[in-house]
Amino acid sequence: MNEPLIEVRDVWVTMRGHTVLEGVNLSIYPDDFYAIIGPNGGGKTTLLRVILGLLRPCSGEVRFSSGMGTGRESEIGYVPQFRTFDFDYPITVRDMVLSGRLGRINRLPRRYGNLDRERADEALDTMGISDLADRQIRDLSGGEQQRAIIARALVGEPKVLLLDEPTVYVDTPTTLQFYEILDRLRERMAIVLVTHDIGVIPDRITRVACLNRRLYTHDSNEITPDMLEAAYHCPVDLIAHGVPHRVLSDHPEEGREDA
Amino acid sequence: MLEVLGFEFFKNALLAGVLASIACGIIGTYVVVRRMVSVSGGISHAAFGGVGLGYYLGIDPLLGATVFTVATALGMGALEVRGRQQMDTIIGAVWAAGMALGILFVYLTPGFAPDLFSYLFGNILLVPRGDILLMGVLVAIIVGIVGLFYLEFQAVTFDPDYARVMNLPVERFSLLLLVLVALTVVMLIRVVGIILVIALLTIPAAISRIYTGRLWSMMLLAVVLGALFTVIGIGLSYVLNVPSGATIILVSTAAYAVALGIRGGRSVRLWRYTQNGG
Repeated sequence: MNEPLIEVRDVWVTMRGHTVLEGVNLSIYPDDFYAIIGPNGGGKTTLLRVILGLLRPCSGEVRFSSGMGTGRESEIGYVPQFRTFDFDYPITVRDMVLSGRLGRINRLPRRYGNLDRERADEALDTMGISDLADRQIRDLSGGEQQRAIIARALVGEPKVLLLDEPTVYVDTPTTLQFYEILDRLRERMAIVLVTHDIGVIPDRITRVACLNRRLYTHDSNEITPDMLEAAYHCPVDLIAHGVPHRVLSDHPEEGREDA
Repeated sequence: MLEVLGFEFFKNALLAGVLASIACGIIGTYVVVRRMVSVSGGISHAAFGGVGLGYYLGIDPLLGATVFTVATALGMGALEVRGRQQMDTIIGAVWAAGMALGILFVYLTPGFAPDLFSYLFGNILLVPRGDILLMGVLVAIIVGIVGLFYLEFQAVTFDPDYARVMNLPVERFSLLLLVLVALTVVMLIRVVGIILVIALLTIPAAISRIYTGRLWSMMLLAVVLGALFTVIGIGLSYVLNVPSGATIILVSTAAYAVALGIRGGRSVRLWRYTQNGG
C-alpha cells in the first residue's frame, strides 16, 4: 500500500509567459485525504488539470501506479469547480450521474447495463439526492447541483477523487455535510481536496500542502504559518471560522479578532 | 387548394421539407445545447464557396457545397481543439471568405449561373427527385450515427472536460458532430437557402428546449416543429405566391416569438403569484 497511486514529478507549466507551476512534486497515496490550499490564481486548478491529463505540462510528468489503469478505464473521479459547464443543458440528475459510468464501458456503442444503473442509484443515495433523480439539473439549487456533480464522480468507483473548490457556492451547514460524506468515502478512495478557503478544511485530512506556483508540503495535517506565508507571500491571519475543529497550529502572534 | 397535392413537384417539396426537418431537429438540438450557432453559421456560409466551385468546375453545385462544408467543419474543429481564444473572429473570417470565394467562382464561370438565387434563398418547390434520394441517404446516416453514439454525444456536448477525464475520444466526436452539422447544412440549402439555413437549424430546437427536459425528447419535438413549419411555410408560399424559403423562416421565427412570449408571460405571472405570498 506504500506505492503512490499518482506521482507528480517536477511539473512546470507556463501559460502566456507566466509561470503557473514551478517544479511541483506531489505523491498521492491510497489512504490520503489530501488538502491543497492556496490563493486564487495560485495554480490549484492547473495542477488538477495536469493530473487529469487535460493539460500537458511544459516539463515534468505525472505517473500512475499499475493499479490506476493507464489504459482505457479511468480510475479518477473529478469534481470540477462549479459552473464550468452549462447547467441549462437538458439532462436529468440520473442521466448526468449515469454519464460518469461511460469511462467504465469499453464496448462500442456504449450502453448502460444493470450494474451501471445500480451504481448510479447507490451514488444518488450516498449524496442524498435519490428523490431528485428525475429532476432536471437546471431546476436544482446550488447545493443540490454540487451533490449531483459529486455523485457523477463517485459512480465510476474511482481510486482517487479530485475535488476543485467543492464548497465555493455552498452555505456553511451544507459544507459541513459535504465533509461528513467525504469522511465516509475515505474508506473507499484517496481524496484530494483543493480550496482557497483555509477556514473550511475538514478535520480528518491526513496531509496539507500550500500551492502558490510552488507546492509547500508538510507531512502532517497542520498548516504552519511558515507554509502560509511562503505560499501567500504575506502574513496571513490564522482565524478558523465555521468549523468545529481548528487545523491551524498555534499562531505566534495575536490574531486579529474581527474576521 | 388541395388539388395541388396531386402534383409531383408539391409532393417532392413536402417530402424534402420533412426529411430536412428530421436532420435539423436532431442536429439542431446539439447546435443549441452546445451553443454552436455561430460555428454552424460559418459552416453554412462557407457552403457558398462550394456552390461557386461547383459552377466553375461544371459539377453539381450541391456536391461542391458538400465537399466545402465538410472541409470547413473539419478545419474549424481542428482550430477549436488548439485553443478557442479567437474562435469567433475566425468564424467571422471563414463566413466572409466562403461567400467571397463563391462570388469569385461564379464570376469566373463563363456564361450565366442559372439558379444561383435558389442556392442563396432556397426553392423547395424545385427540388428534383434525385436530390430527395440524396437527402434520404443523409438523413439515414445522421439518424444512424446519432442513434449509435447518443450517450457519447451527450457526454461530449454536456461536459467535454469530464468526458476527456473518462478517456472518451472527445476530439473525434466533436469533429464527427461538426461533420454532421455540415451535412445537415447541405440538406437545408435546397429548402431555405444558405442565408437562412441557420434559422431552420436552430429555431425548432430552441422552441423545443422550452418544453422538454431530455436530449431525445428535445430532438423529437424539434423534428415535429420543423416539419410543421416547413409544411405550413410551403402551403402559405403556394397560396400567397411568395418565395418558399423566406416564408418557412418567417413562420418559424413567428412561432419562436410566440413561444418566448408565452414563457415570459408565465414567469411574470409566477413571479407575481409568489410576490403576493402564494
